[in-house]
Amino acid sequence: MMTDLTVGSLVEIPKSSLQQVVQILQDLGYRVIGPRVESEAVIYDDLESVQQIPVGVLDHQDGGKYRLQQTDQDAWFDYVCGPHSLKNFLFPPRQTVLESTRQDGVWEMKAPDVEDAPPLAVIGPRSCDLHALRVQDRVFLEGAYVDPSYQARREKLFIAAVNCRRAAATCFCHSMQTGPAVSSGFDLALTELDDRFVIEIGSQRGAEVMGGTDCSTSPPQNVQAARSVSEQLEQSMHDRSQHPPEAATGEPRGRWLDTSGIRDLLMHNLEHARWNEVAERCLACANCTMVCPTCFCSSVEEVADLSGDHVARERSWDSCFTAEHSTMSGGAVHKSTKSRYRQWLTHKLATWHDQFEMSGCVGCGRCITWCPVGIDLTEETAAIRADSTNPSPGQL
Amino acid sequence: MTQHAASSATDNPWIAHPATICSIRPETPGVATYELAFNDPDRQSRYRFLPGQFNMLYLPGFGESAISISSDPEEPSRLLHTVRVAGNVTGALARTHPGETIGVRGPFGSAWPVAEIRNSDVVIACGGIGLAPLRPVIYHLLRRRHEYGRMTLLYGARSPQDLLFADEWNHWRSEGLEMEVTVDRGDADWKGQIGVLPALFSRLDLAPERTTVLTCGPEIMMRFVISEALLRNISARRIYLSMERNMNCAMGFCGRCQLGPAFVCKDGPVFTCEQMQPYLHLEEF
Ligand SMILES: Cc1cc2nc3c(=O)[nH]c(=O)nc-3n(C[C@H](O)[C@H](O)[C@H](O)COP(=O)(O)OP(=O)(O)OC[C@H]3O[C@@H](n4cnc5c(N)ncnc54)[C@H](O)[C@@H]3O)c2cc1C
Ligand code: SF4
Ligand code: SF4
Ligand code: FES
Repeated sequence: MMTDLTVGSLVEIPKSSLQQVVQILQDLGYRVIGPRVESEAVIYDDLESVQQIPVGVLDHQDGGKYRLQQTDQDAWFDYVCGPHSLKNFLFPPRQTVLESTRQDGVWEMKAPDVEDAPPLAVIGPRSCDLHALRVQDRVFLEGAYVDPSYQARREKLFIAAVNCRRAAATCFCHSMQTGPAVSSGFDLALTELDDRFVIEIGSQRGAEVMGGTDCSTSPPQNVQAARSVSEQLEQSMHDRSQHPPEAATGEPRGRWLDTSGIRDLLMHNLEHARWNEVAERCLACANCTMVCPTCFCSSVEEVADLSGDHVARERSWDSCFTAEHSTMSGGAVHKSTKSRYRQWLTHKLATWHDQFEMSGCVGCGRCITWCPVGIDLTEETAAIRADSTNPSPGQL
Repeated sequence: MTQHAASSATDNPWIAHPATICSIRPETPGVATYELAFNDPDRQSRYRFLPGQFNMLYLPGFGESAISISSDPEEPSRLLHTVRVAGNVTGALARTHPGETIGVRGPFGSAWPVAEIRNSDVVIACGGIGLAPLRPVIYHLLRRRHEYGRMTLLYGARSPQDLLFADEWNHWRSEGLEMEVTVDRGDADWKGQIGVLPALFSRLDLAPERTTVLTCGPEIMMRFVISEALLRNISARRIYLSMERNMNCAMGFCGRCQLGPAFVCKDGPVFTCEQMQPYLHLEEF
């Protein structure tokens, strides 16, 4: 057992010892979540053991396409992000925010207890996911109001992140300064080598967990090998987005989002013809907002029992693509698909900067993959830039 | 301009606080004013609000609605909301009786800039229920009549029956508020103006450099009020408007009230025309 572990230390374990990490977390009372295959997609779900990690699975993603391939490689984490993100756990799709009880005609109102939920440990989030978490922190923790249930879950969250070795064609974290290397906000950061994980310790809790494993100090050549994983990937993502593969290869091109002056670019082109054009393809199905790890819109509904004396207010994910989202007594503000897509894209890439001093997009590509018709925000933004009615958008 | 309710670790901002309906005063067809008192005496005595702020009124089983506070901020113990029946929640509220409890969260949002506009001439231009969020301003200004210049209320409603707070007008006038009132459709007894509210601007003798405009009402009405005011060289910085958007949380969480860069619930509802100008002319924005 290593005792001199500190934040910033780099250690390594044989791959199979990842089970020790899971076990220690479980013994500490954590509910451990990790990547699993469900309905032909890699999602996050409860992990009893590392046996459930989809070893050898690769994902092929492109606009409107997601396909898994089982290979015989001993690669534990070479799929990238699937439809789930940390949002599913910290800001769950449905949750009760208030409970009211009527007794003798008088209502009592209280919030459900958030304290008793077990702390959550997540194995496998990528750099884009950690940046998305930062974005949701801004929304739920750092404004004038704090969302108590998000806060309770967030404070107890343990993160064992993974440095990607592979990117999907839909990934563009390298253009959003959100990846591919895991840079901060983790307890542990794993880099997979052929037969071992090199693990960077990011927090005291991370050190404590690793202290209980059979880890050893990582020798310089392995540290170097781990470092070059992210560097090489970033280079290849760059190459692939700048020099799209020949159509003949069947390889999808990589994505890239030019973020220079993007806030003004979009806000000065609110009446650009491209909004009409994309509206003809967009189904307003809201898939993009459901899979987006930063989208936070919700609606609150009343759920009453038969007596009407017990009423819960339930918050569930909502989307700016629905009519209800903008409905007032006089009707919806965003009636057309055009106005809804414009709300979505300008919020993600432009007004998010006004509201939260950061982009609402971390470049995970989920919205591209899960769009049934493959609408691609990098392409839509590039089209607006190519034909901007505001020729020189100011810098952000 | 933004004022936030204090939110501390112990204060879950989703919790609505039970309040008893003390009285219900019918105002005009479909509109009534509800006087509320928090059941918790401590909350009742601590509660303060600024003119223009709103509460989320909660009717369990029906939902929450954003409703402006229509009473005098300097009499916080007498908490009034003037509500027009628009649908589910407001309809359920209209079926309540004094003595029943509802839930209240708030106050939320930004306030009318009563301190910043001291010494200026003030034109309040509102339509229909839009007078409710401005009544606290009228009370505030009239209490300090000498601190402000000319005070004018331009008020419009669909018909003479829809004019709010008419029993207070004589008092307001006697305290120094000039009033111009118009209706879309008159009736046999109506001797006043007929026509849309923004047209009343032509009856005013304005000193634009000293004038502040406060407006609340349907968005289309506010757009015309703003163009009349701008046409008369009133600066966009001195025109304030209260915007309405769908609201589910009032805390910046639900995302529904977004209007460009702003969350109407926490950055507004009161904005300067300068802030809103890039967006007001856009359809479906
Ligand atoms: C800042 C602010 C202050 C307001 N002040 C007043 C006031 O003083 N007096 C008054 O009578 N009305 C006021 N309103 C309007 C009032 O909130 C709506 O009329 C009311 O929410 C309608 O709810 P409902 O369930 O009765 O109507 P419904 O039409 O049944 O509502 C249907 C759906 O639309 C939503 N919805 C409809 N209209 C609005 C709306 N305007 N804002 C948010 N959600 C809406 C409801 O949440 C619901 O989901 C104010 C609105 C805002 C934003
Ligand atoms: S907008 Fe698309 S690419 Fe950006 S964070 Fe959301 S899902 Fe990922
Ligand atoms: S407004 Fe649309 S883009 Fe913005 S957070 Fe909500 S659902 Fe996502
Ligand atoms: S009302 Fe929910 S964000 Fe403004």
